[in-house]
Amino acid sequence: MGESIFQLRAIVKQYDARTVLHLDALDILQGEILALVGPSGAGKSTLLRLLNFLEAPTSGQLVYRGVNTARENIPLALRREITTVFQRPVLLNANVRANVAFGLQLRGASANGVVGKLLTRVGLQNFAHASARKLSGGEMQRVALARALAIEPRVLLLDEPTANLDPYNISLIEEIVRAQNRERATTVVLVTHNIFQAKRLAHRVGLLLNGQLVELRDTAQFFQSPQDPRTAAFVRGEMVY
Amino acid sequence: MDDITRGLAQALELILSGDAALFEIVLLSLQVTGAALALAMLAGIPLGAALGLGRMRAQGLVTIFLYTGMGLPPVVVGLFVYLMLSRSGPFGSLAWLFTPSAMIVAQVIIAFPVVAGLTMTAVQAVDPQLRLQARALGATRIQEMWTVLQEARIGVVAATVAAFGAIISEVGAVMLVGGNIEGKTRVLTTAIVLNTRTGDFALALALGMILLTLTFLINGAMLQLQRVRDG
Repeated sequence: MGESIFQLRAIVKQYDARTVLHLDALDILQGEILALVGPSGAGKSTLLRLLNFLEAPTSGQLVYRGVNTARENIPLALRREITTVFQRPVLLNANVRANVAFGLQLRGASANGVVGKLLTRVGLQNFAHASARKLSGGEMQRVALARALAIEPRVLLLDEPTANLDPYNISLIEEIVRAQNRERATTVVLVTHNIFQAKRLAHRVGLLLNGQLVELRDTAQFFQSPQDPRTAAFVRGEMVY
Repeated sequence: MDDITRGLAQALELILSGDAALFEIVLLSLQVTGAALALAMLAGIPLGAALGLGRMRAQGLVTIFLYTGMGLPPVVVGLFVYLMLSRSGPFGSLAWLFTPSAMIVAQVIIAFPVVAGLTMTAVQAVDPQLRLQARALGATRIQEMWTVLQEARIGVVAATVAAFGAIISEVGAVMLVGGNIEGKTRVLTTAIVLNTRTGDFALALALGMILLTLTFLINGAMLQLQRVRDG
């Protein structure tokens, strides 16, 4: 793991007058898998939207690779280094191949060779010409993951990517994410309710509660010796939400 | 029943004989309707998309106008265009009355609200998450809108088909502003009216069948557009 790829300082995100995120400081390291856990409404997905520049923070400093995105317009090339796989895969009303090639098509890049390899990687090599809308939930999520990987992102944001999926699909997706991080040094920020998944995948884990980062530590420390009593309660499964 | 049989036979005969007057009427019908549809699409699809994406001020008011426009009686449109283009009207100097140009203007007014209103509905029906996903994959604003429009293509084609159907079969407005002048402004629908009035039911039926066949073929071709996407 390298230097900080994202530096967030005094980030506040409000919708109307309601504050949904208030982070004093958060650094995301180049090449790490960072898992963010916490109950619904903790601000995890909002944070991902800020990191993908889908929304702007209400105030604070969000620096990506040295560019202070609050002050400067984010160059398109920089914005295109980051992508998100959402909890509910939104696919085009087209075949699987066209869906996987979509991000490349937006960049005017050739999809030749790339799509086939990725479909094999996600176990959908026989589905290239199938209608994407007729796939099962797990298959759709794998198409969404292949589509994200096709653009070779520097940062991959995963918003509950395996929620409601069966163990086979969960294990397949986790292995792909792990391999992508290991082989391509892709930085991964994973939002999940599943603390076991965070434990299996992440190098560091952070707990978000009511829009605030309660604790962020190496995975082993986070689970074995949490410093904050709220983290300890969350890890023990005692936090009711 | 005799009239229908004779109409069918005459339709075939007219087509096979390559009747010049008939082809002139068919050609003018297609030219007028084609030009009007193209203009209505050019203005209506972007407006419908902008309304569907919620990117317009006075959205509600514009929508009410569009919905009202979708129900405009063609004969009222014809009357309005007639008054605008008549010698004493504000656009009289154009000398468009009783020309195909006047017929195109009238048909654009009929088709435009249909195209814009149904495109708006089609765009609104696209999953709002798709725009977010496209942006997350690096789409520019224009690419984002184009993606939504492509997803709405079934509805947009349906809007075009509905507008085409409304104007190719329309008679009141083109009769008023075109005048049904032989060799100049006579189209299939006005020719059908004329032949019915003069008692030539077989020819009127023949023309009706040709109109139906043309509409069927063009709609079939347009429906193919709904399927174009897969890469």
